[in-house]
This record gives sequence, C-alpha cells and structure tokens, in this order.
Amino acid sequence: MKIAIASGKGGTGKTTVSTNIASYLAETEKVVLVDLDVEEPNSKLFIKADLYNKEDKFKMIPQWNQNLCTLCGICQEVCNYNSVIQAGNTIMVFSELCHSCYACSELCPTEALPMIPVKMGELTHYKNNNLDFIESRLEIGQELAVPLIAQTIDYVNNLFTDDFIKLYDSPPGTSCPVIEVTKDADFVILVTEPTPFGLNDLKLAIETMQELQKQFGVIINRDGLGDAEVENYCIKNKIPIIAKIPNSKEIAHYYSRGMLIYKQVSEFKEQMEKVKRYIINSMRGVLK
Amino acid sequence: MKEIVIISGKGGTGKTSVTSSFALLAGKNAIIADCDVDAADMHILMQPDYEIKEDFYSGELAVINPETCTQCGICADICRFDAISIINNKHVVEPLSCEGCGYCARVCPVNAIKNIDLKVGQYFISNIKTGTKMVHAKLGIGADNSGKLVANVKNEAKKLALKLNKEFILIDGSPGVGCPVTSSLSGAHFVVLVTEPTLSALHDLKRVYVLVKKFNIKAACIINKWDINTAVSSEIKDFLKKEGILHIADLNYDEAFTKAMIQGKAIVEIEDSEVGKILKESWETIKKNIS
Repeated sequence: MKIAIASGKGGTGKTTVSTNIASYLAETEKVVLVDLDVEEPNSKLFIKADLYNKEDKFKMIPQWNQNLCTLCGICQEVCNYNSVIQAGNTIMVFSELCHSCYACSELCPTEALPMIPVKMGELTHYKNNNLDFIESRLEIGQELAVPLIAQTIDYVNNLFTDDFIKLYDSPPGTSCPVIEVTKDADFVILVTEPTPFGLNDLKLAIETMQELQKQFGVIINRDGLGDAEVENYCIKNKIPIIAKIPNSKEIAHYYSRGMLIYKQVSEFKEQMEKVKRYIINSMRGVLK
Repeated sequence: MKEIVIISGKGGTGKTSVTSSFALLAGKNAIIADCDVDAADMHILMQPDYEIKEDFYSGELAVINPETCTQCGICADICRFDAISIINNKHVVEPLSCEGCGYCARVCPVNAIKNIDLKVGQYFISNIKTGTKMVHAKLGIGADNSGKLVANVKNEAKKLALKLNKEFILIDGSPGVGCPVTSSLSGAHFVVLVTEPTLSALHDLKRVYVLVKKFNIKAACIINKWDINTAVSSEIKDFLKKEGILHIADLNYDEAFTKAMIQGKAIVEIEDSEVGKILKESWETIKKNIS
C-alpha cells in the first residue's frame, strides 16, 4: 500500500500529517515513511530513530575525452537540454541540466563522451521499532529532483513489500517532482488550508490527481482559520474530507519545536485516528 | 531597474502575502512577476485583467506512428526513462514518463517516431489594481520545465520594466531549491527571505541561502509569526547575523493576514494594521539598501 501526501500549496501541513500519521500507525502496523521533498526535506526533524543505512545517490553524466573527440558536433546537436555545448574546440558539459538520456554518449561516433557518475544527493535510512524512515536530500546546485526521487522510490520498493504501509511525503506544487511521487501511489492525501490561496492550489492539485486518475481525499489543516469555501468545494464535488485539524496556536508551537503533536494534543490525535481508519479501510479495499 | 526576489525555502511562510504588500507599496513604480508558476496565487490579491494570454511551449514529447512502426524495440531498449512500453503488441510512449530527450526518434530505423512540441502552460500579462502590470502564468497539469516557464515570466517582466521605465521588478518565487528557484534568482539584485520560527523553516532557510550565496546576491530576511516560538526566532537571528543577512523585520502572528486575503486584499490595505505598518517600514528599508 502506497500513499502519497501532497498539497499544491506549500506549508499547508504535509510534513505534520506525514510524520504524525506515520508514527501513530507504527504503533500497530508496519510503516515506511519516505521524505521525497528532496529539495527541502524536514520530516527527520520530527522522527526519532536510529541510523540504519546511508548511501550517496548518483546520476550519470557524460565526460568529455579530448583525445578521442573529433569536434564533429553531434553531441551538441542531439542534446535537447543544452547541457552539452561546443565552444570553439572544447565540449562543455553542464551536469545540473543533464537528464542522463545517454544520447550524446551513445551517438558519439568516437566514444569521446563516456558516462560517469556524479553525486546528486544522499539517501539516509533510519529505523525505530515498526517504523522505517527514509529521506533523500538533493545537493544544493543540482536542479533536477526527479532522478533522486525515482531512485529513492526504487530503494523503498526493493526493500519493502506492499504489505507495508508506505507513506510518501511529497514536495509542494503540481509539476514534475510531484508527478514522480504520486504516479507510484495507490492513493493520495491532499493537505490544504481553508484560505483563498489554499483553495486555489487545492483545485490545481485535484486537477493533477484527476489527470493521473488517482484516488484522493482531503485533509483540511488549520480548520477555523479562514472561511468555509474549501469545505463547500469538497462537499459540492463529492471529495472525501478525511480529517479536519483545528487551527491552534498550541499545535503550531509543538510543530515549531519539531515535536510530534498527536502525543501532546488530544484533539489532534482524534483527527489522526480518522486518518488511520481511512487508510486501513482503503487498504482492505485495495488488497481485496 | 532593480530585480527583487522574495523566496523562503519552505512553503507557506508568507512569501505571497509579503510580496503583495510590497506590490501595493511600490505601486506604479514596479512590475510584478509571479514566478511561483506551480501554485500561483498573486492573482487572487491583484485583480488582473488577463489582457494578454499566450501559450508557452517548451520541451518535446515522443510519439510513435503505429502505421510505420515495425515493433523492432530499439526505442524501448535505449530509453532511460522506461517511457516506452508494449500495449496490445504495439510500442507506445507513456507521456508522463517521457522526458523529451529525442533519442528514440534519432535511432528509429524507419523514422516512425516524431517529437512534438509540448505546451507546458500559459502566461499572462495583466493590468492590476495597483496601476501597473503583472506577468503571471499557469503551468499545465503535470508539466515539466517549470524552470523555463519561470525564466519566461521573468524575461517578459524585464522587457516591460525597461519599456515602461520602472524602478523595480518584484518577483514572488517558489519554495524549494531546485530549477524554478534557480531561475527566479538568476540575474536578481536583491533577495528577501521570508521565514517563520519553526525548525523546519530554519532548516530550509539555511539550504536555500547556500543557493543564494552561489549567486552572490545581497539578502535580507523577514521573520513572519516571530512570536510563535521566540527561542527559534533567536536561533534564526543568530544565523542571519553569522551570515551577514540583513534582518529587516519581525511580524507578529496575526490572523488579519488571512482575513485580508479572504477580502482579496494585501495586509497593508487594512487600516491600522500593526503588521501593515511594519511592512511599510520594511519596504523603505529595502529601497534604501538596494540603491
């Protein structure tokens, strides 16, 4: 069972929901929490667990071999990302733009652009009883999050069978990194807030999920802060509202200190219980 | 003409609320650019008229012509994105996996694969309520290349600012440290970092500042909701001091932000707002520091 926690708008509470529901579920189930917001991962701030494994993640890029190169220009011509540029009698490779398609390397008639690995980020795996926690972080200056997300999902799927509950903490937005995370999920939890910005970005996220033909439900965070438009929109469009987390300075304070909230605030725990039931019921539906 | 970029690392710290307030304060002297093309929200507060709408094409998508395809499978062998699969004995491209590298089309022995240009979104040039123009965009669903759309929004804003002889370009950036943020930072003169006193926001601020340093841009910081956790606020201030980042303001936690948003307003449009007053001072500080 794979569940992505996504949002459209940033800062609506994806990480709050991911870390709390993962820990709460892990009291009774086998859970893997994966922080796939590789540009700005911060689930680790909330999870206390022991280091189990750490590995560098690489992407392949071409490296110019001056001695073999005839400056025929094919590499520059076949690169659709402007990451291989011929400048005078030099070939320059811009690794941060390279998508590792291998076209320049394999179409080079003199094998002057062999592919070599460059580090794009780090994966760290922690364990705490029933909970496995994995995060990846992109090296600053690397622009492409997708290859690191893809390799992290591969790592998780190689290690854990689908009877684990796998929770993917997704990056914000609706573009390629979010697609990479959600396309592998059985269903998606969209976390939003009851404000005009929250509603606008929720609609974008919903369009994306419909395009991907994903099942999804909504959690309204900071309920009571703004207006009722988000809730009205969900009801009108028959979108399940899985839980409503109250707007509370107390919750904000525990969050600010990197603490798990369900252990401190009973109203919050009640909402996590709703999310848990929703997940377990969906899981039965999926496994049937 | 000076480009000011507002970013945060972490999402939801108040970038757009701050940017829209500065837009009100700068009035006709600025062109506004909403570079958070993934989840653009400035239009909610700026009353744009969508005067000009343009489709934006970037990147390619491979398409296999089933009439000429001989099902030899070379394309699937060389594709590094597993984007070509066999459905009903026919090779087809999965559009969400295809990264448009064009390799398959180059090696197909019977030229059965074409690359089509991909529409990744739309961008708009609008007249807005502050008496100036805003460039904004909507990224297509699941589209790649948001970095290029950001670059395009910025270019259009720059052209307008030069043509109309404006003093500032105000840029609302996106969260993260990846390609859209890099595109917003490139060529900027001043960065305003909007953060909040949470361990997550501080962590993300530190990461995004590494990127800002690579671009060698002068930076200032606003701590939003500073009173939610004064201990973390102090930690943030220590970080700012150590890095030589100008600390321009602390904003109280104030639900008036949201109330203003519901009325389609920036906080500086609300009379007697304490936070509004601080933002007015902040804008003056930024103007002083930029020249």
